[in-house]
Amino acid sequence: MKRNYYLFAGLCLTGILAVAALLGFFWTPYDSAAMGAEKFLPPCAAHLFGTDNFGRDIFSRVMEGAGPSFLIALSTIAIGAAGGVLLGAVTGYFGGLADEILIRVGDALTAFPSILLALVVISLLGPGKPVNLVVSLGLVFIPSFARVTRAAYAEAREANYVKSARLMGASPARVMLLHILPNTMPVLLSALTIGFNNAVLAEASMSYLGIGVTPPDASLGYMLSEAQSVFGRAPWYALTTGGVMILFLFGVGLIGEGLRFQEGGDV
Amino acid sequence: MKYAFRRLSALLATMFLVSLCAFAAFSGISGSAAEARLGTQATPERVAALREQLGLNRPFPVRYADWLSGFATGDLGESLTYRQGVGELLREKVAVSLLLSGMSFALIVLCSVPLSLVVVRFAGRPLDAAHTVFNQFCMAIPPFFTGLLLSWFFGVTLRWFTPGAFPGLSRTADALRFLIFPAVAIAVPRIAMTVRMLRGTLLRELNRDYVRTAISRGSDRDAVLRRHVLKNALAPTVAFLAQMMAEIVAGVIVVEQVFGVPGLGRMLVVSISNRDYPVVQAIVVILAFWVVASNTAADLINARIDPRLALADS
Amino acid sequence: MKKLLLALVLSAAMLCALLTGCGGGETPAPDAPSDDGAPAHPDELFVGIAQDLDSLDPHKMVAAGTKEIMFNVFEGLVKPAPSGDLIPALAESWTVSDDARTYAFALRPNVKFHNGAIFTSADALYSIRRLAGLDDAENSADVVAVDAFSNLAAIDAPDETTLVLRLREPSNEFLSYLTAAVIPADYAEQDTAPVGTGPFRFVSRTAQESVVLERFDDYWGAPAAIKTVTCRIIENADSILMSLQSGAVDLFAHLTITQAQQLGDGFRVEQGAMNLVQALYLNNAVEPFNDIRVRQALCHAVDKQAILDLAFDGYGFPIGSSMYPAFSKYFDETLTDFYPHDVEKAKQLLADAGYPDGFSMSITVPSNYQPHLDAAQVIAEQLKEIGVQANILPVEWETWLNEAYLGRNFESTVIGVDASAMTARALLERFTSTASNNFINYNNEEYDNLFAEAQSLTDDAAQTAAYRAMERNLTENAANVYIQDMADLLAVRNGLEGIQFYPIYVLDLYGLRWETA
Repeated sequence: MKRNYYLFAGLCLTGILAVAALLGFFWTPYDSAAMGAEKFLPPCAAHLFGTDNFGRDIFSRVMEGAGPSFLIALSTIAIGAAGGVLLGAVTGYFGGLADEILIRVGDALTAFPSILLALVVISLLGPGKPVNLVVSLGLVFIPSFARVTRAAYAEAREANYVKSARLMGASPARVMLLHILPNTMPVLLSALTIGFNNAVLAEASMSYLGIGVTPPDASLGYMLSEAQSVFGRAPWYALTTGGVMILFLFGVGLIGEGLRFQEGGDV
Repeated sequence: MKYAFRRLSALLATMFLVSLCAFAAFSGISGSAAEARLGTQATPERVAALREQLGLNRPFPVRYADWLSGFATGDLGESLTYRQGVGELLREKVAVSLLLSGMSFALIVLCSVPLSLVVVRFAGRPLDAAHTVFNQFCMAIPPFFTGLLLSWFFGVTLRWFTPGAFPGLSRTADALRFLIFPAVAIAVPRIAMTVRMLRGTLLRELNRDYVRTAISRGSDRDAVLRRHVLKNALAPTVAFLAQMMAEIVAGVIVVEQVFGVPGLGRMLVVSISNRDYPVVQAIVVILAFWVVASNTAADLINARIDPRLALADS
Repeated sequence: MKKLLLALVLSAAMLCALLTGCGGGETPAPDAPSDDGAPAHPDELFVGIAQDLDSLDPHKMVAAGTKEIMFNVFEGLVKPAPSGDLIPALAESWTVSDDARTYAFALRPNVKFHNGAIFTSADALYSIRRLAGLDDAENSADVVAVDAFSNLAAIDAPDETTLVLRLREPSNEFLSYLTAAVIPADYAEQDTAPVGTGPFRFVSRTAQESVVLERFDDYWGAPAAIKTVTCRIIENADSILMSLQSGAVDLFAHLTITQAQQLGDGFRVEQGAMNLVQALYLNNAVEPFNDIRVRQALCHAVDKQAILDLAFDGYGFPIGSSMYPAFSKYFDETLTDFYPHDVEKAKQLLADAGYPDGFSMSITVPSNYQPHLDAAQVIAEQLKEIGVQANILPVEWETWLNEAYLGRNFESTVIGVDASAMTARALLERFTSTASNNFINYNNEEYDNLFAEAQSLTDDAAQTAAYRAMERNLTENAANVYIQDMADLLAVRNGLEGIQFYPIYVLDLYGLRWETA
């Protein structure tokens, strides 16, 4: 078999970034909140990514902020995928009224403004907690997973291997889990990579509401929104922060591509 | 006919559901239109008086029934902030957002169809890998980041348009020139996704027996591609694109903020923070209609391709 | 294959046409200024404003940003001058009785409203009654009443050009409330088509887009220089700079320092003051801020100048109490350095109060106000030095209003408090123990007594002294950690002259004009 370069490259890219982010939990070149250095220093040897509007070291902040951002995205996707796959599998496999209701609720949730949803979650759980973000975004991500899974299960229901498994007396749970789920993997994988992508971006667009990571703590999303307002004076702030984010998503995308390649889902 | 009726009732059910949820959300979150309007002039007495006057003290079911009966008779109510009919207020915003979505959609179709026809030719060759890598890269670029770069490059440096100063739909040419940039920002990652999807579909078709047979019998590969493969790949592609229409809405909301496009998305965000629920209700229902209509279109097309799905649905 | 190529070329060409062909490349945008700095539109002015108007009826508006613009459309009996004095507007002159209980106004004759009606004492009487909450008409129900008008015992209009106000309690600052807008008595459309007597009349508004004003040629004074003023609503902070640089907007107030520094050629920056009291407001009723030593410790720990330097590039005016420098009569600059930056002393005070290892606190900040968020970040960093761990809680503005401001459910908050009228009372009354807007729960008997005393005095000098004593009381008791009156930076396109700053939050368009070089 041909060597899987996509997987290799993706793992390298995300691996390096993940190690840096992990390291960021314990050590950064500078104290990420310290406001000592000169403001808006362009990238140089001492400050690889330059400094921000408070003279904080952007590299240190990116290192420290990447971890929480990716963790939030991961947990969001975990909630979305777990809820979505469960709902989609059950309704897709059994069909009927539950199926109908699920589609309607999913559509309603897709149309429902996520800002409003986030505000409801905040008023229930209190402001300033990252868990708010995870819960509200997780809910938002359920319908897309449910839709994909449902379609795959509805299709598989009529497939021969499922029919024969049923004839052999396998329980519905067993059929759904052991027989169909592995076959939906290629579809789920691409939903996962796209979903992860969206989750990282959603963290960014939500941060201005005060959900998730709060200043002076760093998160990629919050930093990006801060960087936007000083783009003309310090373009490197947005470019480095956004660049790291893009590279990470790029790496995840490559891993997804590689996994599909491995599965033989492509070509 | 029966199918269409079922679809229509499903549409109404979804719109009802989403409006009820939005209404319920408003009674769950902190603050109301009264506090929003009074700002720092608010005192408990003034807030109480204004709540009474705006009818916010009535119980939730009464207010919702009131709104719903108004909506059913075509009366969208009056904005609590702008003291103006919601219908009149939103008419142009809907047009702007529709135009923006339409333009992004057109861009996606115009770019991804020819592109995928090109990349499919490279399948299995070294260039194919380059395409895959580039494609993944494009998918990783967030629309608001593209928006930021486009605003600065084309807006500030080249002055082709003025971010934040939408000329209004009456100046059509200027409006189109303005909207092309947000449309590009929305379209870039979605073009990448569509090309990916199309490439996969085309390759599957190309590997089918009838194509292999035709080519091995000496037919021109391109002719086969045109005559059979494209036709067979059309249906799943259209379904995919219809589904994408629903997703564009989400992109529109974000990108409208970045470029300062006065469309539905910006109105939605502002009205939520003003706690202006008649406006939010109307927008949410419009968005629900949009999403459901796109999804329904996708389902209908899928049902045409695979009648089993329609069967499963009924 | 040829057809395929053709399709490709065609769609690429279409894309290029879309991107460039709409006249983009060569021709400048229609309202872009020419390069020599001369305005392309000498009769027009485009002003950027950061928020949409909250109301058009002048008696219902509360947002500072709305009053700022509509200042040009409405006038009261008197109006503020840049110096802070009150000057005649619709009243030509007035007399105040010796007991400060009767105010008699001689109204300006032959003044026209924007709808052509002639202004008379009946309109003034109607407007004041409406603001006192005495008008029963349906469109007056949500008027935001002026509290001070509850002091009115009688309003008389003996003839068309005379108005006499009688007060229950003596007051020598009542005049400052009469800047309130006078509107025509028999006109019910203020909510959608407002009518006043100011130098500009309202033409139209499009929600979230723009507000258009036009010069009122029948204005009682000399007409304004500029004919059409379009206020463009630009809420996105990034778009502000771009709209200035690309020519969509000629004037933008309240820029951040970073934005001002990015402006580039073609603009100058005029600096005034925001006229608000930015502070770390402490909820005096909750632990540990109910202990004066803790509050004083925070005052010593926070370095105002460092906040200004780090978050505001050195711009801004440090203050030490609830008064800003533009109120020169009341401002006491000796209070500014009452608590010099002294970490050791702060630690000692904390130890005395029983917190030798510091404590953890939250700073609630409305997330749409970047300057407050920035200041809070620096404060949090400074408080680390005395062992206090401050967590910033950004919340949506409406949530802040409801929870922190009205609900008083917060530990500390960074916000700017402004004055709704041109009197010291407007800033100081809120900290009396019974004031309904005393959101920090300040409760000090001496302060309450001083306020009562100030209200009873009719001698201006004695009253001023009482107000100054109230300021000192706030400082000595470390009611809040006062920071600054923020600098107000205006981006002004070169060629536009006549900018004037006021001690309240207004943007005067009347004196603006384009100078051709």
